[in-house]
Amino acid sequence: MLAIDTVGLRKEFGEKVAVADLTLKVQQGEIFGFLGPNGAGKTTSVKMLLGLTRPTSGRATLLDHPLGDRLSRAKMGFLPEHFRFQEWLRADEFLDLHGRLYGMSQQARAAAIPDLLELVGLGKRAATKLGAFSKGMLQRIGLAQALLNSPRLVFLDEPTSGLDPVGRRLVRDIIHGLREEGTTVFLNSHLLGEVELTCDRVAFIREGVVVETLDLHDTHTEQVHVTLRVGQPTPELLVALEQFGREVAMDDGRGRVSLTLPDESHLPGLAHWLTHNGHTLYELTPRTLSLEDRFMQIIGDHSGDT
Amino acid sequence: MNIVLTIAQLTIRESQRRRILWIGLFMGLAFLTVFGLGFHYIILEFERFPDAHIPVREIALALQIAGLYVVYFLTVMLGILIAVAALSGEIDSHIIESIVTKPIRRAEIILGKWLGFAVIIALYTLLLAGGTSLIVYLRSGFVTPNLGYGLLIIFWQGVIAMTLTIIGGTRLSTLANGGLAFMLYGIGFIGGWVEQIGALFRNETAVDLGILSSLIMPVDVLWRHIIMLLTPASMLDSGFDGPVIFVVVSRPSEAMLLYAVFYVFALLLGAVWSFTTRDF
Repeated sequence: MLAIDTVGLRKEFGEKVAVADLTLKVQQGEIFGFLGPNGAGKTTSVKMLLGLTRPTSGRATLLDHPLGDRLSRAKMGFLPEHFRFQEWLRADEFLDLHGRLYGMSQQARAAAIPDLLELVGLGKRAATKLGAFSKGMLQRIGLAQALLNSPRLVFLDEPTSGLDPVGRRLVRDIIHGLREEGTTVFLNSHLLGEVELTCDRVAFIREGVVVETLDLHDTHTEQVHVTLRVGQPTPELLVALEQFGREVAMDDGRGRVSLTLPDESHLPGLAHWLTHNGHTLYELTPRTLSLEDRFMQIIGDHSGDT
Repeated sequence: MNIVLTIAQLTIRESQRRRILWIGLFMGLAFLTVFGLGFHYIILEFERFPDAHIPVREIALALQIAGLYVVYFLTVMLGILIAVAALSGEIDSHIIESIVTKPIRRAEIILGKWLGFAVIIALYTLLLAGGTSLIVYLRSGFVTPNLGYGLLIIFWQGVIAMTLTIIGGTRLSTLANGGLAFMLYGIGFIGGWVEQIGALFRNETAVDLGILSSLIMPVDVLWRHIIMLLTPASMLDSGFDGPVIFVVVSRPSEAMLLYAVFYVFALLLGAVWSFTTRDF
């Protein structure tokens, strides 16, 4: 079953098109990253999925219910990017309030709240008012409220932006725990390292359009960056290497040549061609592109200003 | 209904935690102390001259209505101030995002806040207007007719101001919303005076202008209703249309009371619609 299924979601603010075409399919139980530069339409997309903003056109279902349906919202959790909450409430009161908004019974709330406070490392802060919380603690209590109803789909908008390395590790572990329980996580983050460590798939959005979706576990079909060191590299060699890949270039003064192969299956052919054409091969180092490399390839110079 | 009550409780608890309730209670008691002392000494002065032409009950009525006038003003101010940042503040700070994404109707948020504020205004009206009337009774033995009805209308004046501020908060910033609410109150207030003076000089245009302003903000017209309600029939029959500075020249229509009720519910519906259809 699809946790999120959108077709051509579009949002216009007057003449400005914030999201031109959001077409996504997110499987139940996967950790899905949503990436793009500032101003690409990520926030508006997430707001449309959460029912905070009405799409101008297009259609979508979340957990098999139409967009904005209360039945789907009952099974969803959301940690907002701007994790500002009622600072005059105590941590346990805050979670109790959100439990009531989820329609949870008093017994269910009483059982879930202490466990969640422990889970996010705030077990001893139950009676502390949120006004006395640090930024990281607010983000953790926000995460706890997003998990109160044992959701099947969780939206996490920049969930580690206010956290120290220990807090980031904690959030990563919680996300992995959610995956084991079969919960779908929709992760919107600028921290590509975190996304790479956490997500199963990612989608890239540029200028309001989903331009590419990647499976981060599928290394066989990933592009491979290769560094070669051969005896006497010539300009003719560089031209000949273009039959294998793109971005062929010679490193200045080191005799090394770099190029990008479509995937790792081209590696043996490249090595064979070099040795059979009289090139002495001293080094062939493949390196899978990092998510940041992929991000730069896909998004390129389209980073926005906002 | 559970969600409406949850939001109403949250609203009251916020007023309590932010000390709005306590400051209201403390300053209300201070107001009653000043009123009680003033009332006592003025009545004492009249008791020293029992042959005076002005009966004590007329003085008691005048002072009570003066006291209630201040209560009406404070209640309207309270209605605006407690509601002014209720929605716009939560929208600006993004607090609202974690609330409206829960499996609840947006209408329940509006109704819950409205109910919570209405309870606070009711408590405030009961304390100040009830306290004022109690002081008058304990010191002079005078009880105005229709007192409960009068207190209900004072409460409703606060509710009008609060509901108007809630609908503004669904779309406007806190500052713009506050400015709008106070200006509308000013229009209703000055319109009431224009109507009174117009009636005195039999200028129909001025009277119509006053009625129009009352339709826009029906608080001053309700205040004139209160004067008519609290003034004993025997005093009205003798041509007395209110005490000294609160003489009612243009008697308000009974239909205005019904209009004030519909006004609030129309605003409330408008607030629900505006909040339900907006983007965050």
